[in-house]
Amino acid sequence: MSSLQFDIAHLLAGSLVLASFMMLYQDRLYALLNVYAVHAGVLALSVAWQAYVQQAPHLYVTALIALVFKAIIIPVALHRIIKRLGIHREIENVIGIGLTMMAGIGLVALSMVVMLRVTPGADALAREDLAFALSVVLLGLLIMVTRRNAVSQVVGFMSLENGLVLAATGAKGMPLVVEISVAFSVLIAFIVIGIFLFRIRERFDSVDMQALDRFRGERR
Amino acid sequence: MSIDVLSAILVIPAVSAALLVILPGYRQTAKLNVVAAFATFLTSLSLFVVEPVSGQYLLVDDLNKVFIVLTTFVSFTTSVFSASYIQHEIEIGRLTPTFLRFYHAMYQTLMFAMNLALVANNIGLMWVAVEVATLTTVLMVGIYRTHEALEAAWKYFILGSVGIALALFGTILVYMAARPVVGEGLDGMVWTVLVKHAAQFDPALLNVAFVFLLLGYGTKVGLAPLHAWLPDAHAEGPTPISAVLSGLLLNVALYALLRFKMMLAVNLAAIAPGPLMVTMGLISVIFASLMLYRRRDIKRMFAYSSIEHMGIIVFAFGMGGPLANFAGLLHMTMHSLTKSAIFFAVGHIAQVKGTQKIADIGGLTVTNPVLGWGLMLGVIAIVGLPPLGIFMSEFLVVSSTFARAPWLTVILVLGIIIALGGLLLRIGSVMFGEPKGPTAPAEASYVPMFTHLALVLMAGLYLPPVLVTGFQNVAKLLG
Repeated sequence: MSSLQFDIAHLLAGSLVLASFMMLYQDRLYALLNVYAVHAGVLALSVAWQAYVQQAPHLYVTALIALVFKAIIIPVALHRIIKRLGIHREIENVIGIGLTMMAGIGLVALSMVVMLRVTPGADALAREDLAFALSVVLLGLLIMVTRRNAVSQVVGFMSLENGLVLAATGAKGMPLVVEISVAFSVLIAFIVIGIFLFRIRERFDSVDMQALDRFRGERR
Repeated sequence: MSIDVLSAILVIPAVSAALLVILPGYRQTAKLNVVAAFATFLTSLSLFVVEPVSGQYLLVDDLNKVFIVLTTFVSFTTSVFSASYIQHEIEIGRLTPTFLRFYHAMYQTLMFAMNLALVANNIGLMWVAVEVATLTTVLMVGIYRTHEALEAAWKYFILGSVGIALALFGTILVYMAARPVVGEGLDGMVWTVLVKHAAQFDPALLNVAFVFLLLGYGTKVGLAPLHAWLPDAHAEGPTPISAVLSGLLLNVALYALLRFKMMLAVNLAAIAPGPLMVTMGLISVIFASLMLYRRRDIKRMFAYSSIEHMGIIVFAFGMGGPLANFAGLLHMTMHSLTKSAIFFAVGHIAQVKGTQKIADIGGLTVTNPVLGWGLMLGVIAIVGLPPLGIFMSEFLVVSSTFARAPWLTVILVLGIIIALGGLLLRIGSVMFGEPKGPTAPAEASYVPMFTHLALVLMAGLYLPPVLVTGFQNVAKLLG
């Protein structure tokens, strides 16, 4: 592999981590969705580049799904849901932005240390891809735990799945089964989420998870 | 012919799920649900007669035969219970016929997904199946659409998805470890191929992969730090689903974990998965048994008891060796049968009393003697009192591990005793004491509950030699 090919793959995967960081400090739902769209767009580019480098045409399908479904359809749909629910206010972070960013940096460092140490045998591209992918997964988890709003938790989860797709495409020659399944699961997950959001809207005045917490099954 | 049996286990639930979406009328669909579950159970029994050929996607060996037969049997009995349970729900208007159609279709989809996870020879396919099973149960937990049910379903969905995502990352890492040895493409995900070559895999990568798989599938098993979804999902969903969740779905996730454990065992340079599993198992046992004391909701209480028992099972499998594996396998079977029987009883009791609150239920042995004594028998079994099956399996777990790790076993026994105290304390007021709440006789089907309890009692008194040799073979396979 030429060094240019490697550099571009590196750049794209790195941008994905950067986009995850940007999602961490967005405190408005619309802004969060926009950054998520960028996140998915970068993922599409990255997957397409992998398809080109590995000469694996089926990966173009994954890239296309990422572009059309994740970067366009889902953000647009969520925009409309947010509008209908009338919740385009601020997102409350559980802990402050500074602290969240520090935690994010820590997680990225952790994933670099773990992944680079255990994969000395693998080729350089796959190694770095996995390290970046793990960072995106962990940052997605961090987004989920620092948000209370149901919509932003879902966005966090979707960014986490983007990290998984990055890992799956970085693993050269991984059977198609998995790529399709990942795309498919996102679809199902979205349907489920859609139903949930609507039902939650039916029953609650807001989709704030704190409102849900009040209805704990076991009141003391 | 032989391949047909294997695919029939998947085709029957899949086709019935499609049929149940189309067909109206809840009486007929409930019957169809039972018939389909029974047909699947019969088909799974035939696995012992014909020796199916394992391919690149599907696999049958001694290990998953046990799981498949247990799964299809409990799904069948649960479908019988479900038929009488939902009739009551329709009458009091908690469920509408539309939702019921959806419920039955989801029930069969869940059967399909669990069976697929059990017969999958491809770790990617297995992951997909576990994910589908998770999503169907999420939908069913939220089916009552009350505040509590929605919260439970949402929590289950979020935590389940995170677990499933971590498991996928682990799966990808396993493929990465396998690729240099078995080459690119499909072979890198076929479990039988992986096990054959696992000795040459990069141990460091396998270690990291297993940590992710343990956290991922461990969330689905309900192991202690990751269990938060489990009590809510059990308490707020329809009771047949609580029975299936506790009795079967937790086992399916455990099965996935065991497959990867077998793979790691081949590679001597990799970390031993045992100690990790033992630790998580013990934490679950202690934590869940302490939690039993503060419970006010009867279904939630038995959900915590499920966490405790999954902890015991994971502990046994983590210790490993033919004896402990045998004990773990037996305990898993006994727990599935007993816990689903308990949920059958609890479901009808909650319907009669119109509440799940322990404080509002009392004197059951007087007002509803059959249900009351049925539940009492189930509780006696689940806390591990002789002569029932769980006493024997818990005794085997303890005796097979005591010589190797006395201190760990002492902690385990302590947990079991704490749980015994907690459950008996809470159930005492429900069973005896002043009758509370409505005392109408239950329109219940007692057959599933007492079938399970009879099997558990029988296993406690006498284990058929066929079963013993069968379990011993599996225990050897597990290493």
